[in-house]
Amino acid sequence: MPDSKQDFIDQKLQDLNNDGVDRRGFLKCMAWAGTGLVWTLSGGIPVSRAFAKAHGKDAGKGGDFSFVQISDSHIGFNKPANPDVTATLQTAIDKINAMPHQPDFIIHTGDLSQLSRPSEFDTLDQALKSASAKQIYFVPGEHDMLTDNGEQYLQRYGKGTKGSGWCSFDHKGVHFVGLVNVANLKAGGMGSLGHDQLEWLEDDLKGRSASTPIVLFAHIPLWTIYPDWGWGTDDSEQALSYVKRFGSVTVLNGHIHQIMQKVEGKVSFHTAMSTAFPQPAPGTAPSAGPMKVPADQLQRVLGITDVNYLVSGRSLAVVDSPLAGSPSSASGNAGARLSVVDSIHG
Amino acid sequence: MKENNVWIAGFTASVIIAVVLLLAGSPSVTASDQPSAANAVVKIDNFVFGPQTITVPVGATVKWTNKDDIPHTAVSTDGAFKSKVMDTDESFSYTFTKPGTYSYYCSVHPKMTGKVVVQ
Repeated sequence: MPDSKQDFIDQKLQDLNNDGVDRRGFLKCMAWAGTGLVWTLSGGIPVSRAFAKAHGKDAGKGGDFSFVQISDSHIGFNKPANPDVTATLQTAIDKINAMPHQPDFIIHTGDLSQLSRPSEFDTLDQALKSASAKQIYFVPGEHDMLTDNGEQYLQRYGKGTKGSGWCSFDHKGVHFVGLVNVANLKAGGMGSLGHDQLEWLEDDLKGRSASTPIVLFAHIPLWTIYPDWGWGTDDSEQALSYVKRFGSVTVLNGHIHQIMQKVEGKVSFHTAMSTAFPQPAPGTAPSAGPMKVPADQLQRVLGITDVNYLVSGRSLAVVDSPLAGSPSSASGNAGARLSVVDSIHG
Repeated sequence: MKENNVWIAGFTASVIIAVVLLLAGSPSVTASDQPSAANAVVKIDNFVFGPQTITVPVGATVKWTNKDDIPHTAVSTDGAFKSKVMDTDESFSYTFTKPGTYSYYCSVHPKMTGKVVVQ
């Protein structure tokens, strides 16, 4: 393969876990663990052929699987930053449908709508009907709570959830927790989980084996990225203390409309791009909010997040892909990045 | 002596006049506005309430107008008023019938705070 592509992959995989294992070492470990994974390049990102095979055959047996996170669709937004957010959402759905390995489900990390209007939720639902993945999990964003404290949202997407819309479920041995940090926000504060939800979370996690991989998803980032713009959650420390004992924790958030990540011990934090419009990097503009980019650049700054769980390799890979380009296209996936490869400890 | 008395009277009068003039409402140089009851306006833009502190007389109506490209609200922390969500160019008005200090914030973006001082 061309040196530049190899270098790209090596760079990306170089010691992501800070455990002294670079790409070659990683592959050695995987082989030793008997995964038989063969990493090839497909459009510039590593794709495991064995994974794809196992995905088909062993899917549903508690084996490898993947899911996709989309976020911040803001249906109803129609300003210059993106006059047609429904079209870009559809592009994101088409992209998911075109993936060589289909996700088991989709997670939407909030700001489904722009103004919590019924017509906006209707339009979203209509677009999501075209997704091949039929199971979709949601958590609300602050834009979904604008009228009636989120009643509309809960009526449509709150089945099986508690309180303002939190929930947990298990999928092939991984425990997923959807949290709501956009309800009852206090003046001067950032995101907030609240006492009831924290109590529920502590109870929900109690007694689970520490080797259970945990995925937390919520709208506003659960770590402090930029307090001036409200990019953080006031009481997330308490929530994170409940997951401290687990061997692998992945936190998926939205809200900031750009990719940010952090690894802290066994917890990997990751925020997704929006399918609607980008926002400025912290402090680079007078405020947060829609950022206009040249029209031909828009699809490069919007995207989806593919999360791959590999049982045999005991790792979770988070891959972001912009809307421009497609994973199966030979011409490449400009800007796709393998963000986190997290080997599960314990 | 008569001249002394006249001088003192004149001086005192000048002092009194000067004090009266000073108290007569010279334009405020503080950050808060001193609008008339008719036109108290708060402009919302770039995630900021401007002016952040507004002072109005009892009975005044304050009108918030959202000039941002993102929806905002104005919600008082003590439950006195709570706007519907304001999209771009939408407004919300509230008439303050009681004196006091009303802290408020945007319930969507709670870092945005403001104050209405009614006196």
